[in-house]
Amino acid sequence: MVRLLETRNIVNNMTELKRIIKAGFINFKRGGAVSFAAVVVATITLSVITSIILLQAVLYFSLDSIKNKVDVTIYFNVGVSPDKIMLVKSSLEKLPEVGNVSYTSSEEALRLFRERHQNDYPTIAALDEIGTNPLGAYLNVKAKEVSQYESIANFLKGDDSLLLGTATIIDKVNYHQNKLVIERLNTIIGSAQKLGFLITLVLIIISIIITFNTIRLTIFFAREEIGVMRLVGASKMRVRGPFMIEGAIYGIVATIATLVIFWPVTFWTGRTMTNFLGLNMYDYYIENFFQIFAIILLSGILLGVISSFLAIRKYLNK
Amino acid sequence: MIYFNNVSKIYKDAVALDDITLTVTSGEFVSIVGHSGAGKTTLTKLILADTAPSGGTVFFESIDVHKLKSRDLTRLRRRIGVVFQDFKLLSNKTAYENIAFAMEAVGKTDQEIASDVPHVLELVDLTQRMHHFPNQLSGGEQQRLAIARAIINQPELIIADEPTGNLDPVNTHEIVQILKKINDLGTTVILATHNRGVIDSVGKRVITMENGKIIRDTKHSK
Repeated sequence: MVRLLETRNIVNNMTELKRIIKAGFINFKRGGAVSFAAVVVATITLSVITSIILLQAVLYFSLDSIKNKVDVTIYFNVGVSPDKIMLVKSSLEKLPEVGNVSYTSSEEALRLFRERHQNDYPTIAALDEIGTNPLGAYLNVKAKEVSQYESIANFLKGDDSLLLGTATIIDKVNYHQNKLVIERLNTIIGSAQKLGFLITLVLIIISIIITFNTIRLTIFFAREEIGVMRLVGASKMRVRGPFMIEGAIYGIVATIATLVIFWPVTFWTGRTMTNFLGLNMYDYYIENFFQIFAIILLSGILLGVISSFLAIRKYLNK
Repeated sequence: MIYFNNVSKIYKDAVALDDITLTVTSGEFVSIVGHSGAGKTTLTKLILADTAPSGGTVFFESIDVHKLKSRDLTRLRRRIGVVFQDFKLLSNKTAYENIAFAMEAVGKTDQEIASDVPHVLELVDLTQRMHHFPNQLSGGEQQRLAIARAIINQPELIIADEPTGNLDPVNTHEIVQILKKINDLGTTVILATHNRGVIDSVGKRVITMENGKIIRDTKHSK
């Protein structure tokens, strides 16, 4: 008996759900200009979100390339044996802040120096005059974050057990010459990220408010009908459900519209602005299409459903 | 069936109902007559708990309607059919869908809906207009549709608030006849109107209201 009642309840709920979904689609179709306006506004909101995703990609790409250009070089005295340098290298590699350490031998350093100054005759002549290699080997250190160069430099200055005696073999560390530039860069990167996040937040909040108000307006037009539905005995869910489905449809249609709009937009940006941005927008869009699609679709549906849910509350409490 | 116990309703400074005590028994046809602002609509709204009283209690059988929770109120409203002067049809639904919606609200199956809706539309002579939207129907047709919606779930009570207010004499007569027929089949009817002619053609109990008070309660013998 209990099982029979449970089965009947499930069947009733399924029927109710089916009717709610169907009513949502019919309302959307019959909504005409109101549905169109809601979709347009939702499309604008989703376009703002998509633009922000793409601009964040450009920002992070640019910041990453700037970060990659920053490094610290440790110059060793002439004649220091490669074994000792390798010891320093492996000690540095053990530091959590260090991303990569590359070794350049004194011979390689000389070759690079000659290459760089091949048109500078007096310098090359002076080098030939000396007869021996005046250049020491060096280690090029890249940190994981720009802010970590200072701690790496301090590590080299300190008399750590791992680096016992290194002070005598190191000629100079160029961090101190580059310190100001690195610190400034670090501040700029931090500010750019904070500003980017703040602008993103403000734009998203504004877009959500506009969409919410548009959906609220569509429900305002239907407020009398909502009252009538309640008066003929419809449950809150039966009244609210179709509006939430309609909201989800706004989101889905707006998602499709947004993704279609961004196809030619990114294609054009990719063709004309790759050099300026440093990143091919079209390639990025295609490579990350499914992630972008998922974010936009989820945002669109949530925006539509939650806005409808909240907007209808006022008219349901009768 | 319905019992108003010292009910008052005050809107800001205006008194809509002033200490009303009234009983309507099951199966009665009660006409409430009075000028605009006499308190007729407020009285019907209080039965539906569409508005709350400023004082007193309203009972539907043994239920104090203004103490009901939202879910129980929905259940109560399913036992009452309502007809309004401005029809209050769902404008984005066809005649068929308007009635089907009222049936869906009470949890009727698709089969029941498919068999009952055409039947009730035939009763109010709207079979040919089944797939029309309210704005494609005349005033009389819209009101007949509203009555069809009100009776589809066989309610115990029909409340008709100025159902003929927007209709010509021919349509008015038709609507009154339909309401009388519904009452003859055992449904209690409360009809609020300002039209004396309608009351005379019904010929049943008449409650006359003025300035929120009942000034007369008589039984016609027609």
